[in-house]
Amino acid sequence: MSQPSILLLHEVTVSFDGFRALNELSLDIEEGELRCIIGPNGAGKTTMMDVITGKTRADRGKVMFDQNIDVRRMSEPEIAHLGIGRKFQKPTIFENLTVFENLELSMKTDKRARVSLFAWLDDDAHDKISDTLRLIRLDQEAERQAGLLSHGQKQWLEIGMLLMQDPKLLLLDEPVAGMTDDETARTGELFKSLAGKHSLVVVEHDMAFIEQLGGKVTVLHEGSVLAEGDLATVQNDQRVIEVYLGR
Amino acid sequence: MKRTPFIVRFLGATPKQGWIAIAIAAAITLVLLPALHLLVPAGNPFHVSAYVITLVGKIMCYAIVAVAMDLIWGYTGILSLGHGLFFALGGYAFGMYLMRQIGRDGSYKSDLPDFMVFLDWKELPWYWTGSDSFLWALFLVLTVPALVALIFGFFAFRSRIKGVYFSIITQALVFAAMLFFFRNETGFGGNNGFTDFKRILGYSITAPEMRVGLFALTAAMLLATLVLGRYLVTSKLGRVLAAIRDAESRVMFIGYNPLHYKLFIWTLSALLCGIAGALYVPQVGIINPGEMSPANSIEIAIWVAVGGRATLIGPVIGAFIVNLAKSFFTMAFPEYWLFFLGALFVGVTLWLPDGVVGLWRKLRAKRVGATS
Repeated sequence: MSQPSILLLHEVTVSFDGFRALNELSLDIEEGELRCIIGPNGAGKTTMMDVITGKTRADRGKVMFDQNIDVRRMSEPEIAHLGIGRKFQKPTIFENLTVFENLELSMKTDKRARVSLFAWLDDDAHDKISDTLRLIRLDQEAERQAGLLSHGQKQWLEIGMLLMQDPKLLLLDEPVAGMTDDETARTGELFKSLAGKHSLVVVEHDMAFIEQLGGKVTVLHEGSVLAEGDLATVQNDQRVIEVYLGR
Repeated sequence: MKRTPFIVRFLGATPKQGWIAIAIAAAITLVLLPALHLLVPAGNPFHVSAYVITLVGKIMCYAIVAVAMDLIWGYTGILSLGHGLFFALGGYAFGMYLMRQIGRDGSYKSDLPDFMVFLDWKELPWYWTGSDSFLWALFLVLTVPALVALIFGFFAFRSRIKGVYFSIITQALVFAAMLFFFRNETGFGGNNGFTDFKRILGYSITAPEMRVGLFALTAAMLLATLVLGRYLVTSKLGRVLAAIRDAESRVMFIGYNPLHYKLFIWTLSALLCGIAGALYVPQVGIINPGEMSPANSIEIAIWVAVGGRATLIGPVIGAFIVNLAKSFFTMAFPEYWLFFLGALFVGVTLWLPDGVVGLWRKLRAKRVGATS
C-alpha cells in the first residue's frame, strides 16, 4: 500500500536564458520515504532543490508539499517553517558561532526578530540540543567555534541543524562528500534511522552509499526523470548506462 | 520554572568587569572632569579647560556613532558608507530648535533665522512648524534619521542588495543628501548650515554649566549605548545577526527572515547616530552639509576598523585614537592629516585586521601562553 505523498512535483519547468535546467520534471515522494537522486552534472538536481525551497521560481508546473500546500509563491523562510529542511552541497554553517549556538539558532521555534530580541533558552531546549549533539557525535565540541571543525564534522553539524528544525522533509545535497568511509557508513545508518519519521531526498554520486541506503532511486537527466526504481534495476537500464558511459 | 525578569537579563548581559569599567568611566566623565572644569580655577594645573571638555564631548559623540556603525558592520557584516547622513539629520533636527532659540538676538533682529532673512523669506517654511518646541525637536531627533533609515533599508534589503553594492548605494545616498542640503532653497541654511546658537531651554549655551551638562549627557548616552549594545550582541537576535554575516542563505533556510533582522539593527544604528548628532551640534556650535560629505562617512568606518570590529569597546577606542590624532595633526601639520589617515587605514587593514583590541587580545594570549 502506498503512503500519501509528502512532495509532488508535476511537470516543473525552469529555464535560465533559454536553457532548460528542469524540463517538465515530475516526481512523487511518499511520506517517510528515503529517496536517492542521481544524475550526471547539470542534470538539474540542485535546481530541483532550489525550486522546492523557494530559491528559484518554477516557470511552469506544480510543486505541492504535504498534498495541498502550493509552495511556488512562498519565500525561503516560509517554506522552512512548513517543515522542509535543506542541506547544501558545500557545508553551510555559521563559522563564527559555537557548535551549540549553531544548533540553538536552528531549533524549531518562533523566529521573528521581535521574539528573538527577548528570547532565552529553557531547560527543554537545552535538553533537545544536547540530544542532537550526541546524535551527531559533537557533544565534546559543543563550545568549539564551528569554523574549526573538520570537514566531516561540519557536514554532521549541518545535518544536526536540519534535525533541530524537526522537518517533515529533508533535502540533502551530497551529504557525504568529503567524509571518510567510516563517517559515510555512520551517516548512512543515521539516515536510515530517520526514514519513516521523516521523508528524505538524498542527492549523491557515491554509489556504495546509495546501495547502503537501499531506497528507491531516481535518475535525472537534462532536467527530467530518465529512470526510477531500485538501484539494481536502474543500473541495468540501457538508457542510464548510455547517459553515464555513452559520452 | 521561573522566568528571569527582562531587566535583570538586560543588565546581566554586561559582565562584572564591564560594570566596573562603566562605573569608573562614569565617575570620571560625570563627576571628576566636570568638577575639575567648574570648581578648579583656571591657571591651576588641575583645571580642565573648556577646550578639553568640548573636544572630549565631541569625540564621545563620534564614539556613539562608531558603536552604532559596529552593530551593523562588525556584528552584521553590512558596511554602510553613509552613516554620516543619520548623524547629520539628528544634528539638523536639533539645530532647527537651536536656531529658533536665538529669537531676536540674531544679526537681523528678526523672528526668522538669519539665513531666511538673508534669502528674503517672509515666514517659516511649513516643515519648520513646531521647531520652537524642545519636545518636538527631541521627537524629530528620534524619528527622522530612523525613518529615513527604515525606508531606505526596507527597499535595499528587500531587493537583497549586499556587500560592496550596498556600501556604494549608501555612499551615493549621503552624497545626494549633502547636495540637497547645500541648496539654499532646501531651507536649512544651505552652505553655512546652522550656527551662532545662543540658548537651550532659555539657558545660555556658552555657560560652563551648560557645557558640562551636555558633556555629562553625552557620556551617559555613550555608556547606555554600550550596555544596550552588549545586550543586543549577547541576545539570540545578536547571534542571528552574526549568522547572517556568516551564511545568510542558511539563515533563510532555517526559517529566519533576514530582512526583519537587518532592518531592525540598521534602523537602531541610525537612531543612535541621530541622537549622537543632536548631542554634537550644541557642543561644537555648528552643523552644515559638510557633515554629510562622503569622506566623513568613510572616516566612521575607519574609527571602527582601527579600534576593532565586532567588539564594543573597540569602536570607542578607535574614535578616540583617530580623533585625538586628528586634533593634533590639524594643529601641528594640517596639510598632512589626510595622508596620515589614509596611511593609518592601510596599515590597520594590512597588519591589524582586528584593530587595536585584536592586537591587545593577541598579546595577552601570547603572555598567557608563555607563562603556562
